[in-house]
Amino acid sequence: MRLSEIASLSAEHLWLVAIAVWVAMLIAAPTAVLLTRHVRLRRATLAVVNVVQTIPSLALFGFLLPFLGVGKVTAVLALVLYALLPLLRNTVVGILGVDGGVLESAVAMGMTRRQILWKVELPLAFPTILAGVRIATVTTIGTATIAAAIGGGGLGTFVFRGLAMADTRTILAGAVPAAIMAIAADEVLGWVERKFSY
Amino acid sequence: MAALVEFRKVDYAIGGRAILRGIDLGVEEGETVVLLGRSGSGKTTLLKLVNRLLEPTSGEILFEGRRVADWDPIRLRRRIGYVIQDGGLFPHVTVAENVGIVTSLEGWPAERIQKRTTELLAAVGLPVATFGARHPKQLSGGEKQRVGIARALAADPPLLLLDEPFAALDPVTRFEMQTHFGQLRKAFGKTAIFVTHDIREALLLGTRIALLKDGRLEACVKAEEFAQLRSPEASAFLATLGGGDLERLSAAI
Repeated sequence: MRLSEIASLSAEHLWLVAIAVWVAMLIAAPTAVLLTRHVRLRRATLAVVNVVQTIPSLALFGFLLPFLGVGKVTAVLALVLYALLPLLRNTVVGILGVDGGVLESAVAMGMTRRQILWKVELPLAFPTILAGVRIATVTTIGTATIAAAIGGGGLGTFVFRGLAMADTRTILAGAVPAAIMAIAADEVLGWVERKFSY
Repeated sequence: MAALVEFRKVDYAIGGRAILRGIDLGVEEGETVVLLGRSGSGKTTLLKLVNRLLEPTSGEILFEGRRVADWDPIRLRRRIGYVIQDGGLFPHVTVAENVGIVTSLEGWPAERIQKRTTELLAAVGLPVATFGARHPKQLSGGEKQRVGIARALAADPPLLLLDEPFAALDPVTRFEMQTHFGQLRKAFGKTAIFVTHDIREALLLGTRIALLKDGRLEACVKAEEFAQLRSPEASAFLATLGGGDLERLSAAI
């Protein structure tokens, strides 16, 4: 357990998180926009995503294994599923939270549906969306340690190795950098979030 | 002269409840028609039928001689300025950008937008050098309404719709805004439909006053003739005036 191994596993961990949050956002953003336009679809979808969130992560990883096998893809997919809820919910809440008077003015000024989305709804929802990204990132950093159990790699490798060897130092070599990473991500994204509050 | 806006036998109902019944009303070019009524009288609904924020259940509305239902709603709305009670300013952009929204949607070149914005902000008493770069949350209520009016005037629309624009202001600021709005409207030669529940405001700003009660147009008379109305609803509004108010208001006009 050398410093260089900690560094490379930290980098791998960060990659896993970045890809998962990014893919989740790519799915969540258009879905959320769609959900703001359809009340029934919104309730149903958020209910399903809520249920996924309640599945313990180890169970979800186990559930995906028979279908996707061991490896990074399975790990990322599971992380994406977890990241979806905060992203989806915050984007929906952010868009629906735009002041009614502002929207009415936008319509009355002759903005098209598309212009209202890009120039009014998304910019005004941005701080809320960013808060979702922050939650998703921090929780994914934590959940990603468990991804090592299904071959995801990352700092969880230390944790599971340490558990197998009953070696606290090896466990901490994974847990401490992961915790620092989570705190750092929270701080940085919190700072960005404050920059964009109107 | 042809009316700029014309309501013909307009009904509006929602969930089986009639909000407006058989409204016939013409608004001539250059005049300010005040829609006066209590809360729930249907005055705001009537206003929103003009720029198609709402569609009538039956009857038709004409703008510039053409049924609004036949207008492309986007084109229609770009020719009508709209001001609401809290201003409806975009909180995420500056004052100058707020005023420039419609002109930029219309594809004006940047320098023309800037010139127009400067001119309008000056006209509403908010010099662009001081206020242009501020965000709406840095403005007082009266200043927000001024920006709202400047924004509505930006693309030089022939018609302004105003929905209780000064109702949330303190009495002193409100009076200043009313006086200023009267001057502006004349200076820019705009036609306006102005919704209010305040008889003083109606008398001060209206060329004509249309009195609405329970979704019906009870009367539509010249502002100076309103005091002669004998209907219970007109009397109810007149009763809110203090002694000497009418004289002072007509002096102010």
